[in-house]
Amino acid sequence: MNTGHKIKLALIVPLIATASGCTSLGVEPWERDLLAKDAMSLTSSPIDSALDDHIYFSKEASSGGKGFGGGGCGCN
Amino acid sequence: MKTEKTNIKAALTIATAALLGGNTVAHAETTAAKEDNSWEFDSAFLFYSETDRVSASEVILNAKKSFEDDEILNLKLTVDALTGASANGAVAQPTVQTFTRPSGNGQYDIAPGDTPLDDTFHDTRVQLNAQWTQAVADNLTASGGVHISKEYDYLSLGVNGNIAMDFDRKNSTVSLGFSHFQDTFTPEGGIPKPFASMLIGDSSAPTWDDEFAKTRLGSDDDKTTTDLLLGFTQVINRRMIMQFNYSYSMVDGYLTDPFKILTIVDDNGIAQDYVYESRPDSRVKQSIYAQSLYHFDTNVLDVSYRYMWDDGEITSHTIDSRFTIPLSDSFSRESYIQPHFRFYQQSAADFYQPFILASEPLPVFASADYRIGEMTAFTIGLKYGLLVNNGHELSFRLEYYRQTPTDAGFDEPGVLKEVDLYPSVDAMIAQVSYSF
Repeated sequence: MNTGHKIKLALIVPLIATASGCTSLGVEPWERDLLAKDAMSLTSSPIDSALDDHIYFSKEASSGGKGFGGGGCGCN
Repeated sequence: MKTEKTNIKAALTIATAALLGGNTVAHAETTAAKEDNSWEFDSAFLFYSETDRVSASEVILNAKKSFEDDEILNLKLTVDALTGASANGAVAQPTVQTFTRPSGNGQYDIAPGDTPLDDTFHDTRVQLNAQWTQAVADNLTASGGVHISKEYDYLSLGVNGNIAMDFDRKNSTVSLGFSHFQDTFTPEGGIPKPFASMLIGDSSAPTWDDEFAKTRLGSDDDKTTTDLLLGFTQVINRRMIMQFNYSYSMVDGYLTDPFKILTIVDDNGIAQDYVYESRPDSRVKQSIYAQSLYHFDTNVLDVSYRYMWDDGEITSHTIDSRFTIPLSDSFSRESYIQPHFRFYQQSAADFYQPFILASEPLPVFASADYRIGEMTAFTIGLKYGLLVNNGHELSFRLEYYRQTPTDAGFDEPGVLKEVDLYPSVDAMIAQVSYSF
């Protein structure tokens, strides 16, 4: 088992734990004041993300992960 | 001033609506006049500049319209222009080196000790994206989109679809996405034959064109990319949300870079020949991604980690973090600063090698492109954003990006010990954004 697999396991275990329905997780609809802020959205600036994805797709061997890492330009 | 801004928005609303057909134009004219929030626009200008290498300018305009029942239409236009020099893959030498340009028209010289850079790099790209998102049932949201991107020598067409299901009071979301791209590459000078020797000499000689053509396979080639993305989002509590993704990506077709070469060196490290690179015609990469956002009393921490691996022995780790700090209303305006730090590390592809030894048999695949070699990189940056009139946001971002390629354990014969085989790349990124 290499480091990569250990890391995968470390990430998958909490995922399953979460998905299996720990009832203490989550909030009621009226408790979403902070979560509703722009800064708390998973992609707080889609434009910055698009520009960054283009830069790193062109300069590194990895892409995607957060979203699709597909083709789209001849830069790599 | 306010009137002028409203007019710009109204004009853009009409222009955007025009793309959707005549009926909508008439509708947009009336709604734009009545309702200022019918379209939301995000725009940005980015300048990217590497020391002595590539620089790029990119403009993005994103238009978003929310309809009744939460249907969302998103249209995005991206235009970028690239110019400058890019590493051609050959190693530095203690003597002057001469290379032929990718087009076959003319040559360029590289000074002793310098990393060979091809300075003929320039391209302009126009990209259009359209995305439609709507609820299809209770707690079920679907989204579909199209993509077209055109460069002088490249065409990319794509489609994507995504479905997301909310449960547990919308505290949990499971999503499944699919995307497919069809790309065609028509590089200047055509597609070189794998491991063909770069023709060097008098490009005005009458036999040149015929000799150059012998190093070519054809004028164009293509590739397809298919991605699957499985996502899970969970609200942890009032202050915290997490996301986990797994992605699977298959790329098939022409994955070689037609502009990249490798140096064939003798046992003293002296260049004997330059040959065009050759990469496998398929690649499967997978990744897992985890992100967490935490709201402190006023600040927000956004941290993500990605582990990626492919079937060519590349693995990579990426940590990306942003910290949003609201500033007090000293100018009676809402504003924030956002420090950004990103760390990236990758291992080399199994077919990566910085040069080829003449004394060894030619490999099946080889590339000296440092972007698939062993590398560490980091980005450090700062963004400053403020709300201006009507709640419009203006922001500035300045970042420094440094790539440090490293030796994955290749022996360096003779003169190669005295030259830099793994030069670092430094880049500055400057961006201005305006949302209205």
